[in-house]
Amino acid sequence: MAERLKPAISTPNGAGYPARPGGRVVTITSGKGGVGKTTTTANIGIALARLGRRVVMIDTDIGLRNLDIVLGLESRIVYDIVDVVEGRCKLRQAMIKHKQFPELYLIPAAQTRDKTAVSPADMVQITDQLRPEFDFILVDSPAGIERGFRNALAPADEVLIVTNPEVSAVRDADRIIGLIEAEKKDPGKLILNRVKADMVRRGEMLSPTDVTDILGISIIGIVPEDENVVPSSNSGMPVALNESSRAGLAFRNIARRLCGENVPFMSLEPSGNILQRLSRLFAGGSNE
Amino acid sequence: MRDDRVGIKGIKDGLLITLNQDEEWRELTSELAKRIDGQSQFFSGARITVDLGARPVPKHDLGTLKALLERRGMTLTVVLSDSTTTIDAAQALDLRTSTAIPTPGRQPYETQDYSPEEEGITGVLLRRTLRSGRTVHSQGHVVVLGDVNPGAEIVASGDVIVWGKLRGNVHAGADGDESAMVCALDMTPNQLRIAGYISTSPPERRRKTRPEMALVRGGRIIVEAWG
Repeated sequence: MAERLKPAISTPNGAGYPARPGGRVVTITSGKGGVGKTTTTANIGIALARLGRRVVMIDTDIGLRNLDIVLGLESRIVYDIVDVVEGRCKLRQAMIKHKQFPELYLIPAAQTRDKTAVSPADMVQITDQLRPEFDFILVDSPAGIERGFRNALAPADEVLIVTNPEVSAVRDADRIIGLIEAEKKDPGKLILNRVKADMVRRGEMLSPTDVTDILGISIIGIVPEDENVVPSSNSGMPVALNESSRAGLAFRNIARRLCGENVPFMSLEPSGNILQRLSRLFAGGSNE
Repeated sequence: MRDDRVGIKGIKDGLLITLNQDEEWRELTSELAKRIDGQSQFFSGARITVDLGARPVPKHDLGTLKALLERRGMTLTVVLSDSTTTIDAAQALDLRTSTAIPTPGRQPYETQDYSPEEEGITGVLLRRTLRSGRTVHSQGHVVVLGDVNPGAEIVASGDVIVWGKLRGNVHAGADGDESAMVCALDMTPNQLRIAGYISTSPPERRRKTRPEMALVRGGRIIVEAWG
């Protein structure tokens, strides 16, 4: 009930993170599939690298790997996480360096095996090895609440829950938060993805407040629906690299908030009428 | 004496295994294994409800117990416990949970005659929001200080009071008590049952919220202002 007394939308201040040596393990999960976990992971990874952070992303969706495609690194895969776990290569050998950012790496999932090829304990061991060398270890969780999700959750210092403003996605996010709480972990922060401002205004889509009202956790990012996202993912150039994309800006803002910066939430309106733009300008909240 | 440590008896939907909450855990489980192995045909295929009393059982230990039973062809389905540690562990293992009644010699899953005002009727107080997937079963009353989210479920033999938003499924008077009631600060349950009656919330939205009380009157569930 205490959550209700806080504002529905809050900006994290970077305090209160667990004091573990080295980098933070941030798991991105959702329960429901197709809400944008992998896109979110890729974009936050890119955005953190742009801020000069050392980042490694781990794809734990064994059997259905995607993160390498979205990052444009598919052709460079030699070893994957199952090779590491089963001792066929060193951890370093499975880490693929990003083409543009020399301190951004990907550890890909295996495409041929299933989730049982890796255990939660393996994940803790791998991330502990990575902590001293990185600021952020981003773990991309598969959909569902079974083994793959358990693997992704086990090493997490923080969890980001991606959801869409629709009832079924929010229901699954609620279930996931319950499972995270049962593991005695902090329930995490919410990323509301694919929000359409005009539909929210017409009452046809859940608003950020409707969603936090049910889930009772704070929001770290609201990502507007943006037609640039799909072609960017297809071409391996995540939208966070695109200066003119509003979704890209939203992901860059999430990365800054993860680094402890206090970034105001951007307006959901596509560009706003002249009055709204002026008022934003005068409020000094212009983050575009 | 050994009956004090490990109790096994038949109940409506399988077998009830009671593990004394004060004995050493490993001794209890090995004693249980011995008892089962002594009469393996009798136990094979049984659905098991295990009563762990107030003992906090970590997920690892509960998982070991589940595996022990599974190796002997039995399925652990329900965990009765008064410990939140144990309940959380059971939830994490996707087991159904129910709050045990903290009186010696109790008879879980058997109906007793009582009036709701009678002294000694147990209640469960949950000081948290029940999220989707969480189920609470109780032989007594259930009080939730928090919300009951869509996808969560409460089944109580007595009354259900929600100091928050009730949006999940709730069944009061589950043993047939038509005088049971359900109260909530915001009453929009997905489905509400009292004894054998079922109702759902009207699909209206954005109404003014007020505390309400649901009860059976004239052969159907009605909702009126609470307080």
